Amino acid sequence: MADAVLLHHPHGEAYEPSWFRTYSKKIGMWLFILSDSLTFGALLFAYSYNRLSTPNWPTPFHVESIRNASIMTGFLLTSSLTMVMAVLASSRGDRAWTRNWLLATMAFGAGFVLLHAAEWNKLIDEGLRWPLFQQLFDLKPGTNPEYVAATRNFPQFGGTFFALTGMHMLHVTIGIMYLGAVALRKLWLPILAVLAVACWWAPGPFHYGFYVMLFGLAIAAIILFLKPMDYSDHDIEVTGLYWHFVDLVWMFIFPLVYLMSTKITS
Amino acid sequence: MTHPAGDVVTAGHLHQGKGQFYGVWGGLLILTVVEIALAYNQVFTPRNMLIVLLILSIIKSALIIGYFMHLKFEAGRMKWLLMCSVCFCLALMAVFFADAERIVSLGWKAH
Repeated sequence: MADAVLLHHPHGEAYEPSWFRTYSKKIGMWLFILSDSLTFGALLFAYSYNRLSTPNWPTPFHVESIRNASIMTGFLLTSSLTMVMAVLASSRGDRAWTRNWLLATMAFGAGFVLLHAAEWNKLIDEGLRWPLFQQLFDLKPGTNPEYVAATRNFPQFGGTFFALTGMHMLHVTIGIMYLGAVALRKLWLPILAVLAVACWWAPGPFHYGFYVMLFGLAIAAIILFLKPMDYSDHDIEVTGLYWHFVDLVWMFIFPLVYLMSTKITS
Repeated sequence: MTHPAGDVVTAGHLHQGKGQFYGVWGGLLILTVVEIALAYNQVFTPRNMLIVLLILSIIKSALIIGYFMHLKFEAGRMKWLLMCSVCFCLALMAVFFADAERIVSLGWKAH
């Protein structure tokens, strides 16, 4: 390797260039993304296996659910665009527009989570449930006979649906917290505390979002106080990789779970 | 914004213009609308619908991975190693789909 370039650290050590010709934070995030894609792959496989091995799998999603899920998809795709704009702004050193584009990404992500939460509330009220919900939350009987029948006859429908979409929603929520820490740094902590309190008053299962927010607040506080730093364009790019991954997973969940279970009556 | 000494930065990895990203975003939206239209009108049988939706999803994911995640502009060895390893692991899961179809015909049946 006669033409290898050694990079010199200020303390006199020398590092070989990365084999992937990029910085280590990016490689680390890609490795995390690979492992997380296998997690979602396993969940999607479990859903697909259940569906293939179950004759008469329910297809109960009406126009309202498909419309809601389509708007959610639009929000997530637009959030990916704003995230790319944030990365471009950071690469040219524009701190104000980096923050603005990151806040726009968070806004679209939050819109996705709120719409999804509303969709979950509606489906649970109508009777589409994970059998565990009934035991944990003592819910009233469902109002839509179609969803009640789907839950009674095919409990794995609700199980796979809520597991897949819940895991994805958790990733989006964590992504929003991550973006907030990078965009706002310590200013994000009181905002996260207010959101946690707001979750306490949320209806139904979303009350438990309080604990997710509280946990996120603790982790964000530890990171922001123990390692306060000015986030570079590399950090913004790595944040973007995580956010695009979350969008990528939805590109598979939306068609396989929603579009393959449509019940459009003309 | 400074980088720690020792970090290697790929040259020119963010030289694309905004227009390209808007174009990719537009393409993703169009593909999504096509998927919704096909599902809404129930154009294909469920089996063919699944194949078409999966193909469209793979195209969309290639656009996101290539352009938004910038993998298209990374070193070749990185692209190949990452994509081949994840596809191989996902393909291993797919081996068990044959069992799902077989299970339908098993079990006690009322006559």
